[in-house]
Amino acid sequence: MTTVTRPSAPGASSASRLMRHAATARETGILVALVLVIIAATLSNPNFLFSSDGFRDLLLTPSLLLLVAVGQAIVIITRNVDLSVGSIVGLTAYLTGTLFVDVSGIPIVVVFLAGVALGGLLGLVNGALVAFARVPALVITLGTMYVYRGINVAWTGSDRINASDMPGGFRGLGTDQVLGIPILTIIALVVLAGAAWYLRNLRSGRELYAIGSDPAAAHLCGLPMTRRIVAAFVVSGALSGLAGVLFAARYGTVSSGAGFGWELQAIGAAVIGGVAISGGVGTVRGAAIGAFLLLTINRALPILGIDDFWQRAVVGVLILGAIVLDRVLAVRQHRRLIAQREETR
Amino acid sequence: MTATEVAVRTYKPHARPAWRRALLTRETAIVVILVLVVVVSLATVPNFDSPLTATYLLRDVAPILLIALPMTLIIVTEEIDLSVASIVGLASVVTGLLTQAGLPFPLAALAAVLVGTLAGAFNGFLVTVVGLPSLAVTIGTLALFRGIAVGLLGTTAITDFPESWTDLAKANIPGTPIPVVMILFAILAVVFAVLLHFTPYGRSLYAIGLNKDAAAFSGIDVARTKFQLFVLSGAVSGFAGVYFTLLYSNARGDNAMGMELQIIAAVLLGGVSIFGGRGALHGVIAGVLLIGTLGSALRLAGISSDIINVITGLLLIASVVSTSLLAWLQTRRFGALSRRRRPGDDRRPQPAPQ
Repeated sequence: MTTVTRPSAPGASSASRLMRHAATARETGILVALVLVIIAATLSNPNFLFSSDGFRDLLLTPSLLLLVAVGQAIVIITRNVDLSVGSIVGLTAYLTGTLFVDVSGIPIVVVFLAGVALGGLLGLVNGALVAFARVPALVITLGTMYVYRGINVAWTGSDRINASDMPGGFRGLGTDQVLGIPILTIIALVVLAGAAWYLRNLRSGRELYAIGSDPAAAHLCGLPMTRRIVAAFVVSGALSGLAGVLFAARYGTVSSGAGFGWELQAIGAAVIGGVAISGGVGTVRGAAIGAFLLLTINRALPILGIDDFWQRAVVGVLILGAIVLDRVLAVRQHRRLIAQREETR
Repeated sequence: MTATEVAVRTYKPHARPAWRRALLTRETAIVVILVLVVVVSLATVPNFDSPLTATYLLRDVAPILLIALPMTLIIVTEEIDLSVASIVGLASVVTGLLTQAGLPFPLAALAAVLVGTLAGAFNGFLVTVVGLPSLAVTIGTLALFRGIAVGLLGTTAITDFPESWTDLAKANIPGTPIPVVMILFAILAVVFAVLLHFTPYGRSLYAIGLNKDAAAFSGIDVARTKFQLFVLSGAVSGFAGVYFTLLYSNARGDNAMGMELQIIAAVLLGGVSIFGGRGALHGVIAGVLLIGTLGSALRLAGISSDIINVITGLLLIASVVSTSLLAWLQTRRFGALSRRRRPGDDRRPQPAPQ
């Protein structure tokens, strides 16, 4: 009760307020967990962080999942879910390879645009079905997950795209660095910053939270729900499409299994990062840290002497821990608000 | 028009005789589609009429059929269990490890079912006692249970099981192409159907799905009921894990991976509403068999399993979208009158004019 009503101390600078906010923010906990994992792994094997490859991998591997998790977080904030993202990553990754094979000398920019456009289009199908048919996103995207993956496998067959099929300049995007930071990571961070700014500052971004917290109230307020929900799915699809293009650049090899199982990783990253599955709560920043935590643990386990077979179990514990923590915090805040009301009576 | 006339008009569909109402339901439609698919396949697909086809088809769908029973009850109460396939994998690994350790097979199988039951109780605890959304909980335990299964066994597989038991899993009822496991399924299906459709307990599940506050006020212990359902789901999934292991003589951590989505797709196709409070078991069983039969027939006709996945997905989307499309058309047809909804009627948010 005191924390809410406490007047800011005279002369409290915005810096100290920022500090206090950072110390209590939901994301701080998992950021601390991430740092602890990195420290523990580095102590066991300094190469984890201090070799040039180690540092690069630390940033590079989670960057692709980060893009998908940001899109997923936006969808979950509107109280929906997108199970088809993994299939979209697979389709666009294969499209990227195919474009390079079939159209000789195609500019890299065009490939990027094509990947993002295909992803956005697939997201539009999801969004349109969800918003117009008023059917839960879980069911619709479960269906489109099958459909997109099936189309992907039928299109790919046993074919696979190899690194030699793609121009060196494009492959370089997946591995090159600027000032020691991989280009992929820079792209992911720019997208993250853009999405975070949009959700925080623009009216339409805030409306996504309103729709997720209370759809009925949002509808009564006259918010353009259909348009916003469709837009959230288009963004999620487009970001998965971008991740698919970058997947081809990063790994060089694209088979029909690309992006398989990413939907659960992305949802897991968002949930661990504090995005409530019941909508209206969370930040893309949290989802991004969640993506980093998931994949960093995956790399750290063998170094810590644990079979990486246990990675899923750790992920499960993290997801459960995160939602239990959210619940505990919610109950505590509820009690505090009630106590506060009693006090002011 | 007077108020009484309005009421009479709105209630008109329910004035139809019971048999006509039964013919118009979603479940009947799925059963009819299933029969059509079977008949067309028998007539056009070569080798579909072989008894062996039926045997393999029923063997393969048996785990899905089994788990779909408790899943139906869970979705009727507006919850979901995404962890079932991971429990199948975990039970499979437990069966394998204990058999390898020299335990008699029946005890190993019993332990696996027990582990499944405990896993279900863990889900139930988090959903009902801690009060977490089941979608989030079971996404977490989906990863957790699968992780324990894969962590215990790595990428190795245990393939040595007593032949008398593996033979039993593959055996048919003498003189028929029907696997023995179908007897067990039939018994379970009858138990679940009676429970859901003919007992106060079953009515209470629908009540919880329709409005859990109202259900609680009418004296239903919502938390305990949901807890029981998750335990039941875990136990049945554990048993399905034992069956799966025997059928393929193979205990692996990644057994039945992704099966949760097939089960949920089949249950929803069978007419159970993801909003809770609506659905019937015969529809669900027809839904599972429909997906299984379509897959089997298309495979025999030389169509790749990828296209079958596309068809499964399209079926699922079409079945849910058609329901809301029909509802929307009905609102159109009845005009403003029927927009004044009856209490307890379809609680789905109708497409509202924007």
